[in-house]
Amino acid sequence: MISKLKNLWRVIRRLSGDDAYERYLQHYAQHHQADTGTAPLSKAEFFRQWQDSKWHGIKRCC
Amino acid sequence: MSNLLKNTLWIVIAVVGAAAIGGIALNRGESISALWFVTAALCVYAIAYRFYAAWIAATVLTIDETRATPAERLDNGHDFTPTNRWIVFGHHFAAIAGPGPLVGPTLAAQFGYLPGTLWILLGAVLGGCVQDMVILFLSTRRNARSLGQMARDELGPLGGNAALIGTFAIMIILIAVLGLVVVNAMKHSPWGTFTVSATIPIAMLVGVYMRHLRPGQVLEASALGVALLLLSVAAGGWVDGNESLRGLFDHEGLTLAWAVMLYGFAAAILPVWLLLAPRDYLSTYMKLGTITLLAVAIVLLQPDVKMPAITQFVDGTGPIFGGKLFPFVFITIACGAISGFHALISSGTTPKLLANERDIPMIGYGGMALESLVAIMAMIAATVLEPGVFFAINSPAGVVGKEAADAVAKISAWGFPVTVEQMQHLAQQMGEATLFARTGGAPSLAVGMASIFGSAFGDGLLALWYHFAIMFEAIFILTTLDAGTRVGRFMLQDMLGNIWPKMGETSWPPSMLISSTLVVAGWGYFLYIGVIDPNGGVNILWPLFGIANQMLAAIALCVATGILVKSGKLNYAWVTGVPLLWLIIITSTAAWEKLTSADLRIGFFAAANDLQDKLAAGLLPPEKAGIAPQLIFNLHLDAVLTLFFVAILWLIVFDMLRVCVRYLNGRPVLALSEIPHSPSRLVENWVRD
Repeated sequence: MISKLKNLWRVIRRLSGDDAYERYLQHYAQHHQADTGTAPLSKAEFFRQWQDSKWHGIKRCC
Repeated sequence: MSNLLKNTLWIVIAVVGAAAIGGIALNRGESISALWFVTAALCVYAIAYRFYAAWIAATVLTIDETRATPAERLDNGHDFTPTNRWIVFGHHFAAIAGPGPLVGPTLAAQFGYLPGTLWILLGAVLGGCVQDMVILFLSTRRNARSLGQMARDELGPLGGNAALIGTFAIMIILIAVLGLVVVNAMKHSPWGTFTVSATIPIAMLVGVYMRHLRPGQVLEASALGVALLLLSVAAGGWVDGNESLRGLFDHEGLTLAWAVMLYGFAAAILPVWLLLAPRDYLSTYMKLGTITLLAVAIVLLQPDVKMPAITQFVDGTGPIFGGKLFPFVFITIACGAISGFHALISSGTTPKLLANERDIPMIGYGGMALESLVAIMAMIAATVLEPGVFFAINSPAGVVGKEAADAVAKISAWGFPVTVEQMQHLAQQMGEATLFARTGGAPSLAVGMASIFGSAFGDGLLALWYHFAIMFEAIFILTTLDAGTRVGRFMLQDMLGNIWPKMGETSWPPSMLISSTLVVAGWGYFLYIGVIDPNGGVNILWPLFGIANQMLAAIALCVATGILVKSGKLNYAWVTGVPLLWLIIITSTAAWEKLTSADLRIGFFAAANDLQDKLAAGLLPPEKAGIAPQLIFNLHLDAVLTLFFVAILWLIVFDMLRVCVRYLNGRPVLALSEIPHSPSRLVENWVRD
């Protein structure tokens, strides 16, 4: 039961984008470790870019 | 599960589904439980999904699980990301489900519950779901290209431009008609107006919270927003009871229309994070929450459907909109059965998240099936009302008369008894001054939802439930309105940029202001006419929207059919070809009737000429004579628009046929733009956990 609720919470966070920064850090660690000298974006900076790109183009329908 | 058990299960589903549909179709008694509708719908979707969608996926599209999707190949951790299929389903459904499937069935309920319900079910499983799924597949095989790009790549520049212009035109009409629905819901309703206006500062607050106060804490900010929204529903009741504040929110339709236009303009030029993004969050939560609540309430409560199966209005004399059952029920219910707009989401947006091709049937076909279920629930909410009440709320004053006594006399004479006292009592229960002539679907849906919620969760709070339902509809209508205005602005800037490159710079202030003004003026004009039109505006605008939306669906199906033929699958081209043919028939017939019918409530020219004659003969009362020239101009404009939509439709159909015939004769055609196979490395099930 607890694990199911946890799972549901994960889905909700994922759907809403609440965990977007954590996923970005993970992606960064996996793919950009070679880029030495550059740190990943800060949470505020990442969120700014994420939000701006997310609402570009047709996202909603009738 | 053993094979025998599986087969038995599907046989049971088939029998239950058939019994439910048969029960609905053959019932001629007093009333029928709404549960039959839900049962029939679920069985139909389940069978269609298990057999038809699976067959299309395996045989027609030949989905390949070993093939890497664009999300995998182009993964940038940003917009292209392989994503768990339930998450993709959630995003896709939230994107396709808008106010359309709530409004259309409510209006089409004037024909009775049967025609609309059958079209929602059949249209979805044979048309809408197939369209969404096939376009999703084609776009996934083409690096998540948009519908317009695919049309250009596969058919030629004509198809591409037609898709672009069609999308722009449908956006303008859609926003206007949705604006009209909101205006009719807020007209002289201080409570509704307060609650709907309160959603704007609440959204801004959430926006600032997410961007500056606690960046990225999306759920925290949303929880705050949802709580404030619910509070604003209650606060509206208090404002309504307060004599001094009441007047501030009690307005004529026209004033509200100007306010909606001002709001649309502001939303198009303000930064997205301040208004659009937070409002979108809030509306998505409200939408998913309320639809779930409605489903639970319908199942728990099993309300009786009181509307007859078929009303006399199938002959074209309906009060809400004029026109016979064929073709107008198919035009009125666009979203919920087949919606061209979905092709824009299925191409471009969703494919960027798809981890594996085998998720395509679930997301494309399943997503649309769920949207169709929403339409069924809207149909239930409209038809559980006493038919007399339904018609009293939805019939415009121009049809049944301005005075309550005239309206009830006329509606009762149609065979749907209703009394002034009954309507007054209902209005009082809902916390409104009057519920007469609230054309557009939102108020009658809200009354229906309030009565369902009220009896499921307690009767004392009807007024709260009513305004909750109004707020729920208004918030995502306004989301479509501001997102649409903004997208329209970008599209216009893009088009104007071809003429004068400077205009194409989307953040250059003059370009931003000019294009936003043009887009708002475009839909604002139709909204304005819709509000001043004594016949309610919905009568004109909704069919126009339906024709436009079906035209876009036809463009999508043309692209799909063309690609199937070019891929050497002529034998299976009927999968998209048959729905396409049906759309061509209904849009062309509807357009023909709109242009040539002698019935004043259907034919644009007939109505314009009639008005012209009456104006010349001095037969019109002064307030009508004042607006007559505008109405006449508008009727002519609507006729031109209809002609334009049909011309685009036929152009692209012939273009598709030209490509197919060339291909079949072995002459050169544009090459398939499918990206070659590259093996998927996501063999483990990690993304599908």
